[in-house]
Amino acid sequence: MAVIEIKNVAKTFGAYTALHDINLTIQDQEFMVLLGASGCGKTTLLRIIAGLETATTGEVWIGGRRVDHLPPKDRGIAMVFQNYAVFPHLTVFENIGFGLRMQKLPNDEVKRRVERTAGLMHIDQLLKRYSGELSGGQRQRVAVARALAMEPDVILMDEPLSNLDALLRMEMRAELKGVLAESNTTAIYVTHDQVEAMSMADRISVMHKGEIVQAATPLEVYRNPAAEFVAGFIGNPPMNFLPATPKGAGKWAVGGQVIDGPQKNKALNFAIRPEDLRLADSGLTARAKVVEPLGAHLLVTCDIDGALFRAVLDSDMTVKPGDTLTLAPQPDRVRWFDPDTTRAVA
Amino acid sequence: MNARLLPYVLILPVTLFLAVFFLYPFALVAKQAFTQGAEFTFANFRDVASHWKFPISLKNTMLLAAAVVPVQLALALLMATMVNRMKKGRDLVLYVWTIPLGISDLAAGIIWLAIFEQSGFLNSMMSGLGLVDQPVNFLSYQNPMMVFVAIALAEIWRATAIMLVILVAGIGLIPKEYYEAAEVFGASPWQRFLRVTLPLLRPSLQTALILRVVLAFEVFAVVAALGGTLFPVLMGEIYSYQFDLQNGNAAAALALIVLGISIVFTLVILRALRVPKGATI
Amino acid sequence: MTAVTTDANPQDARKAGRIVYLAAVVLLCAWVLVPLYFLLINTLSSPEAVNSFPKSFFPAFDLGSLTFFANFGGMLSALKNSIIVAALTMVLSILIGAPAGYALSRFDFRGKELFRLLILLTRAFPLPLLALPLAVLFIRTGLDDTALGLALVHTTLAIPFAVLITFSLFSGIPIELEEAAWTLGCTRLTAFTKVVLPLILPGITASAIFAFVISWNEVFAAAVLTIENRTLTAFLLQTLGEAPLHLKFAGGFILVVPALIFIFAVRKYLFAMWGIANR
Repeated sequence: MAVIEIKNVAKTFGAYTALHDINLTIQDQEFMVLLGASGCGKTTLLRIIAGLETATTGEVWIGGRRVDHLPPKDRGIAMVFQNYAVFPHLTVFENIGFGLRMQKLPNDEVKRRVERTAGLMHIDQLLKRYSGELSGGQRQRVAVARALAMEPDVILMDEPLSNLDALLRMEMRAELKGVLAESNTTAIYVTHDQVEAMSMADRISVMHKGEIVQAATPLEVYRNPAAEFVAGFIGNPPMNFLPATPKGAGKWAVGGQVIDGPQKNKALNFAIRPEDLRLADSGLTARAKVVEPLGAHLLVTCDIDGALFRAVLDSDMTVKPGDTLTLAPQPDRVRWFDPDTTRAVA
Repeated sequence: MNARLLPYVLILPVTLFLAVFFLYPFALVAKQAFTQGAEFTFANFRDVASHWKFPISLKNTMLLAAAVVPVQLALALLMATMVNRMKKGRDLVLYVWTIPLGISDLAAGIIWLAIFEQSGFLNSMMSGLGLVDQPVNFLSYQNPMMVFVAIALAEIWRATAIMLVILVAGIGLIPKEYYEAAEVFGASPWQRFLRVTLPLLRPSLQTALILRVVLAFEVFAVVAALGGTLFPVLMGEIYSYQFDLQNGNAAAALALIVLGISIVFTLVILRALRVPKGATI
Repeated sequence: MTAVTTDANPQDARKAGRIVYLAAVVLLCAWVLVPLYFLLINTLSSPEAVNSFPKSFFPAFDLGSLTFFANFGGMLSALKNSIIVAALTMVLSILIGAPAGYALSRFDFRGKELFRLLILLTRAFPLPLLALPLAVLFIRTGLDDTALGLALVHTTLAIPFAVLITFSLFSGIPIELEEAAWTLGCTRLTAFTKVVLPLILPGITASAIFAFVISWNEVFAAAVLTIENRTLTAFLLQTLGEAPLHLKFAGGFILVVPALIFIFAVRKYLFAMWGIANR
């Protein structure tokens, strides 16, 4: 039961600015993902919310209460750490019950809550073990169970799945999403993995160089990136860009072709996702350089007037390096960016 | 507690303690060394340096350090590399080799006294083998070389362990991949030691050498037990200035000289084995 | 070696190398152990046997020397003094050193490098020399010839090690464990007592024992600062000139034994603590 409000939060380490004036509101029970490359400030922001780091300026509100001057224990949060931070000197039971013992809950209540969350995370068989006897995935479950047992208003997760192998990560992703949806807590989840972000989030905040570039639903971030950075960061392979020169009356010259676009009279960047291209009789003329069959699709890396350009084609196509392809962009998927501001143009 | 103040609160006890029991007495030593009565003077240094025993004890201390430290370094490196490739019995061998770490210089002197004294084990062995008819008095003024050898052996025996521990710990921090990479590129074991182990071990070598060299200049009890007055060393002279001659000023001046030598050698070692920025493991 | 054997050479060479290696290990072990064995023989021989010639190479298991040692005037009280001073040093150096080790491992603060330099400086300094001016200071404050006075000097000796060892021990505990405890309802203090302390305790014990050994073995300051209340090392040093051989050997033996046990007790930590402290 908690809305999180971040107001004008900035953080500097000496001369280095880690966060510039962040403003973000996370709704009650929302699953918010902070997504970005390493060093973008996402973990710093999470740690400021947790109270493990102090903001240089700005305010943090949780559930209508200003918390930025409070120690972590008084903020009504629980946290899952990247390396799990399962206490090695305690059993799984005592790990999960650690926070409850700190609250001086009666023994039977501790037992009840530990067993319930352990059951939820499918680790009820491991309660007597120590962390040294657990696999990475099991430690991960203990860390999540420990946070859930607190029945917190807010659960903060710092790259919780990044130390797991790919298969386990996919499994835990789905499970975590389910468990969190049931627990009615507000969640903030930090990751650099866009697949994780897309699949789990209610909303994604894409961060870059200490700023939130776009905060929107996964599909919105994917379809309508607010800036070139988002377009290049989300999607694998990322969005293609080509310089476009205005021809007047909403016509644009792109890669030797004329394409419909916005009514603007300055040079823009034309952008299209590789999967929104198909082979056609008319369109952009591209020379194939590298052809990578990926099973489900064929990824072709081409050259258009010296610019790199990727297309995801049907895997039945036969394309060889050196072939000349004619690629037609799907008209409603074309996006335009202002190269000066790098922001999207309507 | 304010997080910004906390570290200072935590280091306060040590800082205060060292101020009172390290910096303050250090200042006192310095003051005492430079005064006679209430006057500032270099006379103490002149007196100490012109005493007939000074050149001998300085020479002895330096010679001993020069003989002992390189042998210890070589021995410790050898032992550390041997232990590094050991699979079975590593813990036991390491324990045995580090035993002298816990043995004081006085006890070490006494132990080697059992070997070198006139009715000791070396004489017993030599007479048992028929090499000598009469037990030889090794530790006498007639055998200055033997006194030196006995002291050097006792020092090597006692204090190689501290270098070994530091070097073994240092080698343990070098990732195996570097050796594998060097091996793939065709380096022989000896080349791997020269080109990979030694350069990456520089921080540990630094610590080990500084510690050992400084302690070598402080050699005292081993000498007292084995050589007595036969082999004067600087620390022994300080002791006798203080107690036998009751001349605190001279003792302080000599102490400062020992300190000066230690600092010079520390700086030389730091400089010679410095690790370029960014070249750490 | 003739030309005939060249075929089997690599195998032979490896075998020969193995033998040389094992021989070297055994030889180096003997180098450490044989002198200790000689001390043991002397300690377990009667005073007469110790002073006779030639020596037996086997212990006679005669407790004469040790009895003589125990009955020698002042020896037992010197032993007691040694234990008291070493125990005080152990407690003082951990109580004073450990907080600084924690600060070094957990915080970046202004002056941290200067502080580390001070610590390293004390390690590179002939510390027993400071006993001279402290002797004067202690007479003024009434600490002269007391166990506490000497323990304070020994603590100066042990503190750089205590700080560096605890620094590396604390650095071995991931900060996330503490942070997790904070988010689970702990204050800084309770996080320390509930999480860090239980994990660090064996290591702290090891470094305390190390401090004990440093004090137990120290000769120079002990000789300078104690007169009536001699420690064992000071007592032995003082009697080196006139004491009979069997007394020296029995005393040396008593000095060595606890050190052997202690090194055995802390052997696991010896290497860990030097590893990180060097970086």
